[in-house]
Amino acid sequence: MLDTLNRPRREPVTSVSREQFTNAFQWMLLSRAVEEKLASLWRTGKIFGGVYLGKGQEAVSAALGVMLKPGDIFGPLIRDQAGRLAFGELPIDVFRVHFGSQTGFSRGRDGNVHRGRPAEGYHAMISHLGSLISVVAGALLARRFKGDTAAIGATTIGDGGTSTGAFHEAVNMAAVEKLPLVIVVVNNQYAFSTPNTRQFACQDLADRAAGYGVEGQSVDGTDLADCLETLGRATERARAGYGPQMVVANCLRLTGHAEHDDAFYVDKGLHQTPLGRDCLKVAQEYLLESQWANQKTLAAWRKAAKTQVEEAVADAQREPLADPGTETWCPYATAKIADALLVR
Amino acid sequence: MSITYLDAIREAQEKALRENPRVYIYGQDIATFGGAFKATRNLAKEFPGRVLDAPISEDAMVGSAIGAAIEGMRPIVEMQFADFSAVAFNQIVNQAATLYWRTQVACPITIRLPSGANPGSGPFHSQTLESIYSHFPGLVVMTPATVEDAYTMLLEAVEVDDPVIFCEHKFLYNRLKSDALPQSNLPFNTARIARAGRDISIVTYSSMVHEALSAADLLHKENIEAEVVDLRCIKPLDIKTVLESVARTARLLCVGESWPWGGVNSEVITSVVTRGFQLLDAPPQRINSKDTPIPFHPNLWGAHKPSSQAIAAAARRQCAW
Repeated sequence: MLDTLNRPRREPVTSVSREQFTNAFQWMLLSRAVEEKLASLWRTGKIFGGVYLGKGQEAVSAALGVMLKPGDIFGPLIRDQAGRLAFGELPIDVFRVHFGSQTGFSRGRDGNVHRGRPAEGYHAMISHLGSLISVVAGALLARRFKGDTAAIGATTIGDGGTSTGAFHEAVNMAAVEKLPLVIVVVNNQYAFSTPNTRQFACQDLADRAAGYGVEGQSVDGTDLADCLETLGRATERARAGYGPQMVVANCLRLTGHAEHDDAFYVDKGLHQTPLGRDCLKVAQEYLLESQWANQKTLAAWRKAAKTQVEEAVADAQREPLADPGTETWCPYATAKIADALLVR
Repeated sequence: MSITYLDAIREAQEKALRENPRVYIYGQDIATFGGAFKATRNLAKEFPGRVLDAPISEDAMVGSAIGAAIEGMRPIVEMQFADFSAVAFNQIVNQAATLYWRTQVACPITIRLPSGANPGSGPFHSQTLESIYSHFPGLVVMTPATVEDAYTMLLEAVEVDDPVIFCEHKFLYNRLKSDALPQSNLPFNTARIARAGRDISIVTYSSMVHEALSAADLLHKENIEAEVVDLRCIKPLDIKTVLESVARTARLLCVGESWPWGGVNSEVITSVVTRGFQLLDAPPQRINSKDTPIPFHPNLWGAHKPSSQAIAAAARRQCAW
């Protein structure tokens, strides 16, 4: 049996501990539960705007999230629910932002995946792909100025996002400054509807790393153990001062671009290849094979995740929504400017 | 001691670096070389590690400044020419300008835009982009016209908690001189009466303040007393000072070096007409650069931008109304 890199499926990775694996797996489970709920809320008209899910990408996202430590910097993208949770995001905050709750991070000013806590190192993406990489790089530059040499930064991008000028400028700049930045490229085969063949012409996106003078490697994005091992190494190398690390995870987006997209254009054959495996199922098999969990434990974890999500939704739904009456309509932080605007 | 407008910009940056450990400067050729215009001359030597050469990557320059600002730094980004900020447009208008609104985390970055034309600079080293940046909520746009303002407003820009587009005019760099480095006491978001008059308000900013003052000298000989209002800061706009001036003169002529369509002049005229129509004895007028790319040859360039003669001619027509 082959993996997504056309390698024979390897022997179970031995460097990954049971604790690390089960921890990451539970973030994957919680992420899947959160996203299934988001999809159902969207279908029933409870969420305005888009709902963007990371089904099929939980393994690489969770693996990255668990490798980050408090004080690190994380700039996730649209399919990083698992990594966001592992980095400390609470499920209720996911629903608050999707509902546009007044208690949400943005109080209805921005929605869905555009969320974070930038002051705590958890950056809030804008829709322009590639533009977050230099922001995370700049945050690391600031840490260097402040004498914090322990922290690393991580950010993710898709196959399509690597085609932007912003991606190129930021990776090059991070390499010039030798910043401790881990760039995870999740190649899920499609950028919205555009396949890899219309996106880039190189053999493997990881080959680009050498051109920037950064270390690069590919990983089977459907295999949690592989992701944990590779991202463990990449984050360690970044922490140890080896400069930016690029990791390309290969998998298949198991959902539409957003919930409004039925992904009719996806080559159905891909689902039968190693790329099309559901990383959650692969991880479950791994847990059972290695006897780190049995069916009963898995069922209990699933139930716990579901309960946590139901409680979060119930709480978030009771909160007041964005209100034009209490909105300040002031985009300025400077008191001198804001005061003048607010008086008017 | 003679201080030029350019010296004032360098001195302000030196003071900011000296007094605030959170300040650093990032831009192309600014370290050893001291900047294309020498606005950072010797600063890299004086402040090792805090004046950094950037790759030719305007998007990453601004993006990284945003990330650093989120972490509490006060970055100054030098664009080599205002024109090149177009490459960073996305980071400026979508990332920096929206950050506070979206996240309640301030984005205190200063982006210096060496703006405006010098003879022979051509279409891509001559632009004045204050009108376009002013369009975006969340940005502060400063357009200093004097040595004093270049100094104090740049220091204020670094202190401001929002992204500041600092439009410094290249034509003024070495042409404006002051005896010392006097500090203006006027807050950055307040317009200034550059010359008092009773017959017409000429509202302008940046380099055009000096063309307007020359025009006022010409008009004075004809017994027309023009009041020249220097806006200083385009966004936020101090429309109160403009309205007070128009209340005195009943005539409004707006002058700006940027292109006419939807610009600062249009905004000032709209604000005056909608709030103070009854103050006006004549229809407001505006003078901008011609609505074409900026020409290279000095013969064409001289005719492309507003001149003191053109301003005076427009003022005469206004006053004859």
